[in-house]
Amino acid sequence: MDLLLNIAVDGIAYGMILFMIAVGLSVTMGLMRVVNLAHGGFALIGGALAHWLGAELGLGFWLAAPLAIAGTVLIALPLERVLYRRIYGFGELQQVLATIGLTFLMIASVNYLLGSTLLPIELPPALRQTVDLGFRQLTAHRAAVIVVGLVVIAGLWGLLDRTRFGIRLRAAVDNRDTASAIGINTSSIYMLTFALGAGLAALGGILGAELLPIDAYYPLRYMVLFLIVVAIGGMGSILGSFVAALAIGVIETASRYLVPDLATIVFFGFVILFLAVRPRGLMGSA
Amino acid sequence: MLRRYGSQYAPAVLMIAVAVAAFFAFPFNLAFLTRILIMIVLVLSLDLVLGYAGIATLGQAAMYGAGAYAAGLFAIHVWADPVAGLLIGALAGAALAALAGLALMRTHGLTLIMLTIAVAQICSEIANRARDITGGADGLRGIRMQPVLGIWEFDFIGRTGYWYAFAVAAVVMVLLAVLVRSPFGLSLRGIHQSPERMLAIGAPVYWRRHAAYTLGGGIAGIAGALTAQITQLVSLETFSFALSAEAMIMLILGGTGRLYGAVIGTVIFMWVHHTAAANDPFNWLFVIGAMVLAVVFFLPTGLISLPPALKRLAKGGRHAGS
Amino acid sequence: MQGLEVRGLSKRFGGLVVSENIDFDLKPGDRKALIGPNGAGKSTFANLVTGILAPSGGTIRFDGQDIGGMGEAHRVKLGIAKTFQITTLFPEMTVRENLRLPILEREGRGFRMFRRASGDAAVEDEIGTLMAQFDLGPLADRPVRDLAYGQQRLVEMALTLALKPRVLILDEPAAGVPSSETHLITDAIARLPEDLAVLVIEHDMDLVFKVARSIVVLVQGRILTEGTPSEIAGNAQVRELYLGGGHD
Ligand SMILES: Nc1ncnc2c1ncn2[C@@H]1O[C@H](COP(=O)(O)OP(=O)(O)O)[C@@H](O)[C@H]1O
Ligand SMILES: [Mg+2]
Repeated sequence: MDLLLNIAVDGIAYGMILFMIAVGLSVTMGLMRVVNLAHGGFALIGGALAHWLGAELGLGFWLAAPLAIAGTVLIALPLERVLYRRIYGFGELQQVLATIGLTFLMIASVNYLLGSTLLPIELPPALRQTVDLGFRQLTAHRAAVIVVGLVVIAGLWGLLDRTRFGIRLRAAVDNRDTASAIGINTSSIYMLTFALGAGLAALGGILGAELLPIDAYYPLRYMVLFLIVVAIGGMGSILGSFVAALAIGVIETASRYLVPDLATIVFFGFVILFLAVRPRGLMGSA
Repeated sequence: MLRRYGSQYAPAVLMIAVAVAAFFAFPFNLAFLTRILIMIVLVLSLDLVLGYAGIATLGQAAMYGAGAYAAGLFAIHVWADPVAGLLIGALAGAALAALAGLALMRTHGLTLIMLTIAVAQICSEIANRARDITGGADGLRGIRMQPVLGIWEFDFIGRTGYWYAFAVAAVVMVLLAVLVRSPFGLSLRGIHQSPERMLAIGAPVYWRRHAAYTLGGGIAGIAGALTAQITQLVSLETFSFALSAEAMIMLILGGTGRLYGAVIGTVIFMWVHHTAAANDPFNWLFVIGAMVLAVVFFLPTGLISLPPALKRLAKGGRHAGS
Repeated sequence: MQGLEVRGLSKRFGGLVVSENIDFDLKPGDRKALIGPNGAGKSTFANLVTGILAPSGGTIRFDGQDIGGMGEAHRVKLGIAKTFQITTLFPEMTVRENLRLPILEREGRGFRMFRRASGDAAVEDEIGTLMAQFDLGPLADRPVRDLAYGQQRLVEMALTLALKPRVLILDEPAAGVPSSETHLITDAIARLPEDLAVLVIEHDMDLVFKVARSIVVLVQGRILTEGTPSEIAGNAQVRELYLGGGHD
């Protein structure tokens, strides 16, 4: 019983992190049809900035984290303008290559500036304490991750369902030619969406640093993990990413607890079988 | 007629000439030159899979590593004959590709790319866990090969290794040159250019892709077996993502779907790597990242289409039949 | 029965009904046209018959055999072939190579690895004959990507014919072809083998009236009526449809 609860809590928290990082990837892939292998790089940049602001400049977590997210967005915006915009029309292979190249540059830059060692992000005392749920102790950090994850999906839901931006975004995902034909400025939608995705990745990178430790090789190490969330959820589907991220979080955590020696193999085995049966994922359309 | 054969065989003659020249020009770098030859075999396998059949993969290292471990284990426990070991490596690579391909060939695009990476990671994990058999993170050691064909001993300087690798690369190249001009090769190009049309002419696209992936896996397995035999060591690195990615970069750098592009891309990439990078892997990442972006934006069809003369040469090789 | 026999065929995409209870026959030697406004479900019908889409209900028989559950490639082997509404060829290959592929597939040689694709004299002769039939000879060694759209449509017809089909479906063969070149398409259809069963989906009424001996009108996934060209031309509902609104 305790074991099951542990798996559930850790798995869900882990899933929330995966969701925050991967959702931007899913939406940009559904929208811009770009195979972006560099997305994890934004989580790295967020985490690296938070580390630098905290450990080197001595800022507190509550200041460092938002600044790091803002900094990541500020880096993502010109990247979208200068680089990504040019590869939207390219073939799949060229996109893969370009975004691998970008990933390498991100890794090399972080290493050049901060070294290749672990870049820890110190949590504030408020997040380090434990919360007593009556039947179980829970670190505030895990609880916060779960709450933030829920806030993010609720926020995205509201954004897509209730705002003009959301309506345009959905129209553009469904059919970008029609969308631009009826006067929707797809170019600014692309940019805003991309920046939003990068910002969420940074958030996930910072909050998830305990589970997915930050160092220069981060984007390569976890590339497959993030891509799995997108592929299983179905490209372009926010709800799909959410369900997939939670399922993956729980399954991976469970296999770590139950079959520690075979965890990776069991986990990947599940993923391959699932995608062989449903190549388009849970909620994928195109 | 003469002219046609002239342009068809000129690249082959040129390559042999370069290989001989390199042997005498860099007698102390034979190990490096041999690595280039092995990479050429791996990149050729990728050209079949990705360049001709259009199967986007970032996991060719899976079959390379499978071939390397299979050949290494075979040499240690069964028989240290190099050629037999190559066959075992080819079989291992092909078997892995055939098995994984059953699932992979059902998917496309991003999902396919991701799964190819995942398969290589699973292999790496298995090799890591099976420490008793594979040596785990320490690598597989103790490979001692018998002389090639019972005649040529592997020597300290690597002369035998060099010519052995060259011979294997040449055989693979010739085999692929025959293959890509065959009905099978034509159908792979057809699938690459229009899978809808291939289905609509009644071709079993899934099985055709599966066959291409399996063959490519076999050739990657040969490349892996070569590494195991010549360096006498197999490490988990043989499965690494970096290797798959670099192979893809070499192929696209040279130009896909031409065979000679694979050779040129590999040579140039490895040479840049050798001179620019060697001691600082992170600096190397700067170079490679910039190089990749430059290729994507300025040379989308690869170096091979840069000089018109080379281009004519490549076309001569490619369309000689029509 | 010889030929194609469709009964009660229906297709839904989610809640959208695109084909509804369609009955349709096509016999050897038939020259039928399928017309109807954009979005009526014509291409969908063609895709159901060729196996690109799976039906939601109804049966498709060919020479009496139920083929409704068969894959696309399998139906091609039985002799059902089609050209696409948007030209679907091998763009980087020459005209000759585009024709070589279907012949090799038809002969079941697609897995041969150690012979030259261009090495079989009988195959090359057949390619030559096909090119002559469609006046493609001068273009033989040009990549089809470089051809005019009308010429590409001809290549696609030749390619499809290379499969030696018994049922040929042409999905809007003249769409996108400049009107000065439509006669090429019309002539090519007129020269198709006599005993071939042909279904032409088309918007161009001139072409339809030139090639079809029977016309089926499809509206919102249902067959509105079927008749000879003169019956259809005189049908008030059809004229309403084509003159009153959505003609493009
Ligand atoms: N794959 C699909 N998914 C959803 N709707 C489709 C699909 N294919 C076609 N449709 C819809 O079915 C209807 C009929 O399409 P189609 O058969 O192409 O018409 P036509 O060829 O007569 O112009 C259209 O409303 C179209 O939007
Ligand atoms: Mg249509």
